[in-house]
Amino acid sequence: MIHRRSLLLRAMALGAAAPLGGCNYEDPAHPDLADKFLHAMSAWNDRVQAALFDPHTLAPTFRPDQITNPPRFNAFYPIDQAPVVDEATYKLELGGQIQNKTPWSLRQLRTLPQESQITRFVCVEGWRVIGQWSGVPLGRFLRQVGADTSCKYVSFKCADGYYSSIDMASALHPQTILALDFLGAPLTAPFGAPVRLRIPTKLGFKNPKSIMQLAVTNVYPGGYWEDQGYNWFSGS
Amino acid sequence: MSRRVIHPWPLRLTHWLNALAMVIMIGSGWQIYNASPLFGFTFPIGLGQWLGAGIAWHLAGMWLLVFNGLIYVIWSLASGHYKKLFPIRPREVWGDFRSALSLHLKHETGVYNAVQKLLYAGVLLAGVLAVLSGLSIWKPVQLWFLCNLFGGYVIARYVHFFAMTGICLFILIHLLLVALVPKVLPPMITGGRLP
Ligand code: HEM
Repeated sequence: MIHRRSLLLRAMALGAAAPLGGCNYEDPAHPDLADKFLHAMSAWNDRVQAALFDPHTLAPTFRPDQITNPPRFNAFYPIDQAPVVDEATYKLELGGQIQNKTPWSLRQLRTLPQESQITRFVCVEGWRVIGQWSGVPLGRFLRQVGADTSCKYVSFKCADGYYSSIDMASALHPQTILALDFLGAPLTAPFGAPVRLRIPTKLGFKNPKSIMQLAVTNVYPGGYWEDQGYNWFSGS
Repeated sequence: MSRRVIHPWPLRLTHWLNALAMVIMIGSGWQIYNASPLFGFTFPIGLGQWLGAGIAWHLAGMWLLVFNGLIYVIWSLASGHYKKLFPIRPREVWGDFRSALSLHLKHETGVYNAVQKLLYAGVLLAGVLAVLSGLSIWKPVQLWFLCNLFGGYVIARYVHFFAMTGICLFILIHLLLVALVPKVLPPMITGGRLP
């Protein structure tokens, strides 16, 4: 997902950064002083963003002719390595503070009311695309399965080993959906089949694809990029 | 505080804190830019070695930049310092600019010439634009009213970039002028004394 700079550029960046000590934020297991400072500021920014978050403010929506087609693929691996999930046997597993943890098949998910949206997907790298996703509003789903919505986090585990988590307020936002379709047709493998999170109030990497497991918890679950230093809340 | 000091301590303090904030914001901004360049070039250096660190520095540094900036503005208004920047008269700017080019512009200690006034007011404006457009691209949904002022996320990102460019141009000229008239530097550190 993250386009690393060439070795030369990185070496030069290292030179430029040297006077500030190790401000690379690169080894989460061995944080130096700069890392600890950045981590504390990032945690503070999480709190500020949670306070700024208004559950009624909607992300902008767009006209069908503004949709970016073909869509842009992005992951931490090339497109031909995207996981292919067998849709016939697929079941969404549920965990944590949820009353009814019976897994959900795709067919069952499609029996729930579906929501469609044309929204902008903004990547942390700076590029953006507009797409049309539809699926089950996550808040609707969480209530359906008896999730404890007073918990702090909803976490996701994906078929490719990716994982991420979001705050409960954002999970209950009306535009946050468990997307099943893109442009009116079922999602395809590289773009998150069979189920992905679509959350237009957050940056792109907070939209995990090919979700296998969903859990509700009070224990901070982190995320693939978040654990490497990206800001956890990453709200828009 | 002596009345005869050239640069009062609040000005010196906020000036140097702002210099630090600018190094952080420009360095990390370049790092962010390089992850998805708006134009056909990338910057040879950046702060933090990879995008995640660049963003972390950028969103940490913004607090220093904004709080320090607010303290400066409040102090400037309360102390009347801002009056040294205004009024800016085009005729004077032109006159001072021409005498500066012919190296005849006299440096009057403690007084800003018209070109200086224009440069300082200009960079303050660019700073305000950088902050407001930065907030717009950080929170295009929650701060949608701000983002809309700029004409939306896409334009705000360009405004942000050009505000940075303006600030960098100012820094270049600023450093060049200090290099040409080096005696102005010590008072910015010690405060100096008016003759
Ligand atoms: C409150 C102050 C600021 C905030 C909230 C802010 C926020 C941001 C954000 C969120 C981005 C990332 C956009 C993206 O992912 O493409 C960004 C990029 C950037 N910022 Fe700032 N910023 C602020 C001040 C500044 C200042 C003062 C400078 C330089 C003088 C600066 C220079 C840059 C540059 C060069 C980029 C990369 C431009 C791009 O590729 O879009 N920023 N800023």
